[in-house]
Amino acid sequence: MFANKRLGKELAKIQQSLPPGIDFVSAPDFKQWEMDIRVLDANPLYADQTYRLRFRFSPNYPIEAPEVTFIHLSQPLRTIPIHPHIYSNGIICLDLLGTQGWSPVQNVESVCMSLQSMLTGNTKNERPPGDEEFVRRNTQRPRDIRFVYEDSSV
Amino acid sequence: MDSDDEFMSGLSSQDEDDFGGAQESDDGSLGDEFDDEEEPDVGFSQDKDLKPARKSYEVDYKVFSPADIQLHQDKQIDEVSAILGQPSEASAILLRHLRWNKERLIEAYMEKPDAVLETAGLGPDAAQTPTTKVIKGFTCDICCEDTPGLETYALKCGHRYCTDCYRQYLAQKIKDEGEAARIQCPTRGCHRIVDAKSLDLLVAAELRSRYQVLLTRTYVDDKENLKWCPAPNCEYAIECGVKKKDLSRIVPTVACSCKHRFCFGCTLSDHQPAPCSLVKQWIKKCEDDSETANWISANTKECPKCSSTIEKNGGCNHMTCRKCKHEFCWMCMGLWSEHGTSWYNCNRFEEKSGSDGRDAQAKSRQSLERYLHYYNRYANHEQSAKLDKDLYLKTERKMMNLQTASGMSWIEVQFLDTASQALQQCRQTLKWTYAFAYYLQRNNLTEIFEDNQKDLEMAVEGLSEMFEKPTTELAALKVDMMDKTSYCNKRRVILLEDTAQNLKAGE
Repeated sequence: MFANKRLGKELAKIQQSLPPGIDFVSAPDFKQWEMDIRVLDANPLYADQTYRLRFRFSPNYPIEAPEVTFIHLSQPLRTIPIHPHIYSNGIICLDLLGTQGWSPVQNVESVCMSLQSMLTGNTKNERPPGDEEFVRRNTQRPRDIRFVYEDSSV
Repeated sequence: MDSDDEFMSGLSSQDEDDFGGAQESDDGSLGDEFDDEEEPDVGFSQDKDLKPARKSYEVDYKVFSPADIQLHQDKQIDEVSAILGQPSEASAILLRHLRWNKERLIEAYMEKPDAVLETAGLGPDAAQTPTTKVIKGFTCDICCEDTPGLETYALKCGHRYCTDCYRQYLAQKIKDEGEAARIQCPTRGCHRIVDAKSLDLLVAAELRSRYQVLLTRTYVDDKENLKWCPAPNCEYAIECGVKKKDLSRIVPTVACSCKHRFCFGCTLSDHQPAPCSLVKQWIKKCEDDSETANWISANTKECPKCSSTIEKNGGCNHMTCRKCKHEFCWMCMGLWSEHGTSWYNCNRFEEKSGSDGRDAQAKSRQSLERYLHYYNRYANHEQSAKLDKDLYLKTERKMMNLQTASGMSWIEVQFLDTASQALQQCRQTLKWTYAFAYYLQRNNLTEIFEDNQKDLEMAVEGLSEMFEKPTTELAALKVDMMDKTSYCNKRRVILLEDTAQNLKAGE
């Protein structure tokens, strides 16, 4: 498949070295991977916390963007980081994960880094507007949601 | 008012004379300048007199076939290409980049050609023919392929990928995402646009035709004065000069070549005489739960203590709230204990304590009734229009029967068809007069409006009734029916004319 070769290369590189604050967790196949990220500074919103990311790849990756969500775990404890662009069910509203913003030159590592810096730069202790309603009603996968990106400040 | 009309119709004839065929008002601001200059020219008034005067509820518009649209596009590209001295691919990109605003493009280009080219994604020497290349020691950043001899391609920005990846990328954009005019280089943050020549080089033939279709689509989408006919499977587009800001004063109804009549402003089907904003409000109101809320406020009361909503569906006035056990009188909303011995008969109605609540009740009930008055009539005409449509389908059979039964010729039974169409159109108009009336403030004009409405309604019902007569009687009714048809149409014109004029004047 198109995706396999690229993911194979990415995996080899990821297992060798990763930037600080980003850790590889698992990659049982070329469909779904998990990664851990944490912020490097003392941002009180996220200090001493590690967050789990789930990547889902279509066979058309990297032409198509992967689906990336935060996931909740109790062992080890992983919560959904609070952020005005992250819904409490882990769905992330970020343009680079949508068809408009995605570029096939991006990869798992660069997405992790983008999310890491998205957390680092945030000072707002809040969920996106309409979070409760969205989480209650959302039955869609992230790739089927039409996000409107209106805020480029965070 | 009058001079304005003259001015407008003067324009339309001038447009047709000066610009050949469909080209006319494409050139937005240029056209405007033109009009201003020509306005005082008395020569046009003669022209105008030859044409039937345009009604004030009508607008000028033009129907474009897919071929027309393509022709238009090409023509403008050629023009711009000649003026700017750019090849037509580049001109096309520039035009699409500035959303087909030719004047703005030329102006901007004359001022800063390099900056315009850069922002449109055309760097220096865009004129070269693109080719794929084999680069030694190349690794594709998308698929990580590094086999020697790999064919690669880069736009003018120099971001190079293997042709397979490029192809995949473009296919994804065109097929799955429906993009055409603004596909950018795969590199994140690079806004270089993939031009038609590069596309031709990289993309399979069947995608190329899809690409053309999408390009045509963006042309219509980009132009403010062009809109697709919303009828299913209709491929025509309509050109109309009515601007968004005018929509509160005019209802630009257009008829496509496919016979679908719709509003150019909001693309909903014909809703004259009601303006778009009002139609939107009305539709929302009808769909909304707000009417449920209205029902609740009209049919229920709230417990004076805990505010739970209570519907009284029988029994006496002594209410005990199920939630908080508060005891009160349904009639006056006051405390039950204050009723003393007059148990099942509230005579404290004049008391101040409950009167505020009662006022609110009454008002809400009134407004609901008012809404229902208009809604029922609106819905009735919608329903009748549907029934009339069934009738219309039967009309054809009736016409056949009539031909055999009465020995009339095909041309002689056409009156049935005409009548049926008139009926449809009048009902559509009537339907919206009710939505319109709901939002009208009462004054002298509303009375005239209501009179017009009534006249049209009576005429329509009269004509509608005739349709139910057995076929055998229809031949004898022919003259009467034709009279009624033309009367209906006349009433409709009067109503529309009147409302349109008031709307224009901002009443």
